[in-house]
Amino acid sequence: MCLAVPGKVISLEKDGVGQVDYMGTTVVANFSLLPGIKTGDWVIIHAGFAISKLDRKEARKTLKLFQELEKLNPSE
Amino acid sequence: MRPKTSSRDPLAHWRSANTIKVLLKTIAEETKNLGKPLRLMEICGTHTMTLHRSGLKPWLQEAGIEMVSGPGCPVCITPDFYHEAIIDLVTSGENILVATFGDMTRVPTRKGSLQTTVPASGSQIKIVYSPEEALELARQNFDKRVIFFGAGFETTIPSIVYTVKKASQQNLEAFFLLAALWLIPPAIEAILSSGEVAIDGFIYPGHVSAVIGERAYAFVAEKYHLPGAIAGFEPADILLGIMSVVRQIKQGKPRVANEYRRVVKAEGNPQALALMAEMLEPFDADWRGLGTIPASGLRLKPEWADFEASKNLNLALKPQKTLSSGCRCGEVLKGLVGPRDCPLFGQACVPDSPRGPCMVSYEGACLIEYKYSAGAKKK
Repeated sequence: MCLAVPGKVISLEKDGVGQVDYMGTTVVANFSLLPGIKTGDWVIIHAGFAISKLDRKEARKTLKLFQELEKLNPSE
Repeated sequence: MRPKTSSRDPLAHWRSANTIKVLLKTIAEETKNLGKPLRLMEICGTHTMTLHRSGLKPWLQEAGIEMVSGPGCPVCITPDFYHEAIIDLVTSGENILVATFGDMTRVPTRKGSLQTTVPASGSQIKIVYSPEEALELARQNFDKRVIFFGAGFETTIPSIVYTVKKASQQNLEAFFLLAALWLIPPAIEAILSSGEVAIDGFIYPGHVSAVIGERAYAFVAEKYHLPGAIAGFEPADILLGIMSVVRQIKQGKPRVANEYRRVVKAEGNPQALALMAEMLEPFDADWRGLGTIPASGLRLKPEWADFEASKNLNLALKPQKTLSSGCRCGEVLKGLVGPRDCPLFGQACVPDSPRGPCMVSYEGACLIEYKYSAGAKKK
């Protein structure tokens, strides 16, 4: 089962382990598969392992696309 | 009253009714212009879940898009003989600890399920949520041989084999992996080359793609001339993917679109891919429903044989024909039939007493259909 919600890295400890915040819930995650992560980054965790860092620029691009579509196609 | 979406929810816009309405309207108009309804396959069980839970399926149908579920549930496609081998082992062998993900314990076989199995003296079956927990069990149970029955696709495979590497570094000699590791692209190829299912395009799994990247699906566009899009798991994510597929059909230019760029990089996750390449090798694996698919499974390379459960323990992993119970899970996994086409669905087969794995797993098409769309009506 894939957890689609990104979490925010709040601490990084030794051995590639760290803590991730999900809107108030803290979980422990392993960062061995995602080097170069810093606290404050948003990540996707799968089965206890961080597998991808969220690209905020790309997320904003998608948001902009939604806004453009809404302008072209106003919902009643 | 429905609670307002918290401003802290980073995905609020991806769930907004307005965004979804506009996307659906656009898809409906563009599909109408194509002049024929489309049949798209979502590979991933979590996409199936989003489509049902959000109520998108009937709206899409109205817009001319039929969504068909594919083989994207590792619990569902792991054949019974894996379960039966591990059930034999834990009932006959002493001081064995089997660790596996929760859904795996409920899969019914001719020998029962891991959940109903009575282990031999000193043996145990434990549910883990993360591969690391299986490793922790090996650290805590020096008197037992700990077998991690790890099933998963590319999303989970790196974390599963990570445990073997860690066990080797920490000299945990009594830790073994029963690997049920499956690859998505060869399964897509098997479905396409069989020619049994008519599909106009694919919604590719989001987090499998986060590991393997975009190129892994290029053959679908190049060899089979079919469009596809990698999509995330929010309702608007899936609709963006569908919109891309519709536009590719309109333009007559099939490709691999990435509509989940905030998470999926073109090259995937290089660290995870390197770990897989270092430790694993492909083999022709048997899938439930799909049969033997060339180079579709991964197993530990010979240098890691000390950790391979089937080589060190009395595990008879032999593909065998199972008696037909009337369960059509195999056909559901190929998109040949829908859950409601199975005579057992909602009657003899319900989530509390599943007859097949598609009704067991939270990613199984039958359980999802039962829970969110059809179960109540059938009862």
